[in-house]
Amino acid sequence: MKIHLALSLASASLWHRRKVLALVCLTLTLSVTLLLGIQYLRTEVKQSFTSTISDTDLIIGARSGQLNLLMYTVFHIGDATNNIRWSTFQDLEQDTRIDWLIPISLGDSYKGFRVVGTDKGFAEHFRFGRGQPLNLAGGQWFDGIFDVVLGAGVARTLNHGLGDKIILSHGGGRTSFSNHKDTPFTVTGILEATGTPVDQAVYISLQGMEAIHVGWESGVAIPGRTLTPEKAQNREFTPKTITAVFAGLDRKILTFRVQRDLNQYAGEPLSAILPGVALSELWRLMSQFEQALLGITGFVVVTSLIGLIAVLLTLQTQRAHEIAILRATGASPGLIASLYLIECLALAFVACLISLALGALAISMFGPWLLTNYGIQLQLRPLTFEEWSLLISVPLAALLVALIPAFSAWRQSRSQGFGSPGET
Amino acid sequence: MNNQSETNAHLREHAPAAIDVKSLSFSWGSQQPTLLFPDLTLPQGEHLFLHGPSGTGKSTFLSLLAGMLAPGAGSIKLLGTDIHQLGASKRDRFRADHMGVIFQQFNLVPYLTAEANVTLPCRLSHRRKAATGEAPAAAAQRLLAALAIPQSHWQRKVTQLSIGQQQRIAAARALIGAPEIILADEPTSALDSDNRDRFIQLLLTMAEQRNTSVLFVSHDRSLAQHFHHQLELGQVAA
Repeated sequence: MKIHLALSLASASLWHRRKVLALVCLTLTLSVTLLLGIQYLRTEVKQSFTSTISDTDLIIGARSGQLNLLMYTVFHIGDATNNIRWSTFQDLEQDTRIDWLIPISLGDSYKGFRVVGTDKGFAEHFRFGRGQPLNLAGGQWFDGIFDVVLGAGVARTLNHGLGDKIILSHGGGRTSFSNHKDTPFTVTGILEATGTPVDQAVYISLQGMEAIHVGWESGVAIPGRTLTPEKAQNREFTPKTITAVFAGLDRKILTFRVQRDLNQYAGEPLSAILPGVALSELWRLMSQFEQALLGITGFVVVTSLIGLIAVLLTLQTQRAHEIAILRATGASPGLIASLYLIECLALAFVACLISLALGALAISMFGPWLLTNYGIQLQLRPLTFEEWSLLISVPLAALLVALIPAFSAWRQSRSQGFGSPGET
Repeated sequence: MNNQSETNAHLREHAPAAIDVKSLSFSWGSQQPTLLFPDLTLPQGEHLFLHGPSGTGKSTFLSLLAGMLAPGAGSIKLLGTDIHQLGASKRDRFRADHMGVIFQQFNLVPYLTAEANVTLPCRLSHRRKAATGEAPAAAAQRLLAALAIPQSHWQRKVTQLSIGQQQRIAAARALIGAPEIILADEPTSALDSDNRDRFIQLLLTMAEQRNTSVLFVSHDRSLAQHFHHQLELGQVAA
């Protein structure tokens, strides 16, 4: 009965002071939204980060650190230290432990986007997320030498459609002065958005990669020695080198043995890395920053809770009469104190609920837009245990800080005389 | 006690007195003068007018009677119970069960309706709720009607009502559930003389219907005529 009374008094009191408290509640709501949003993004970013590549057991490239190899093959950041010979690739094809291989040849670019030379294996074996394959939003995979498939981000940013003719540039960089202008490519396919670096690259065949570099042996085009599309059709192109290889094994249990064998490969110095291990190492490097961000947001919540308590303490002087009446009518100091606890807890709950609604609304509204415009995959999903704990900690913290005005009200009402405070 | 007290002497022997105060004193601190209060015995159902100018410790006396301050010395027995022998929470319970209070002003919880203010004691005390004999809301409505509060005001926020109406609502709250004792601390000081007499008449009539004793404190001696007994406070203050 007393709890019922306390609840109904507290709710009536909150409603009575709604104008002042709405502002405090708004501050708290915004800070909780920030806190929850950052935690949600952390989880999402980590998820999408670690699902950039999947099902690939080993990435093989020239001898270098695992992060470097991961960065340039998967994230298209940085450059390869060296290439590997085509004969090495052919050797790998002979290895019975290896199920499939995707050759990757990098080095050129298209308006700032990486050009990836590869083969049909890429379409067939490359997986991201939870083993999702690459799908074409339109068209088909490259068949001819001068066919190109665009990542979703490239097609969207540059507004390309199927059948468009594009000119690739030699080397990286957004503006390049040496273009493969004799050998235009035709867009035959556009990939669906994946929310991974796959969206930010264009894909051609290894043969196409070779063809456009005929006559470029010195690093620049030597006039008269480059190919025309007509001449290229009659030639056979075999790459001399490639940049890296993605490999899938028949038996996962052999991964470490194959890795060791490849690291000791006699033909040339190679590095074989486990993408999952490399990704989590990379994530550890980045997590320092997002830990700090979460910490800062925590402080924002604490600050707004302190603001809430400041307001409640200020209101306490206004509430002296009401408390005198309740005390004289027989309410215990505990009941008075519980009003403060309930009110603070209720405000925190309301703030949490509104933040949940705000967050869900924002994600469902901007999620698809983010994916199509920025390639960031943000989906509505149930909260993780960590996020729930973070959310629950807000009312708990509110309850904890509410002990300050509650204790002060309890002490004051215990020594409260009859009638208005201050009278004798 | 004044001259009327002998006539009620027989009542005292049957039932415990509503209020029984003996050699009561209180001090706000060692540097402050000690307040001495007169002995008094108020039989159940009778009313006492307590007169005292400012500074004679009227509110302190009421705080002691209500069990909200602890006396320096002496005893206070209400309905035969020495309330300062009770623990703090039992004292709060005793107050909820057996006492109604009316202050000088700011009598009502600002965020409750008139009706909710009146039913407040029934929500704090099972005994008061049981004593209404009906739903507390219905009892509150009958009291409000009897105290001439228009029905349109019952569900209204009390801050929108006049001072006179607020004081009558406070009286209804003190009367609900027929507590044995009502402590009233200058409840009429903010009212004009017509309203004042009407308020006291209503309060005392309705208290008598419930066999409730009213202890009424005021500096306005002209109100004493309405009461069975009167007592001067200042005379014995040291």
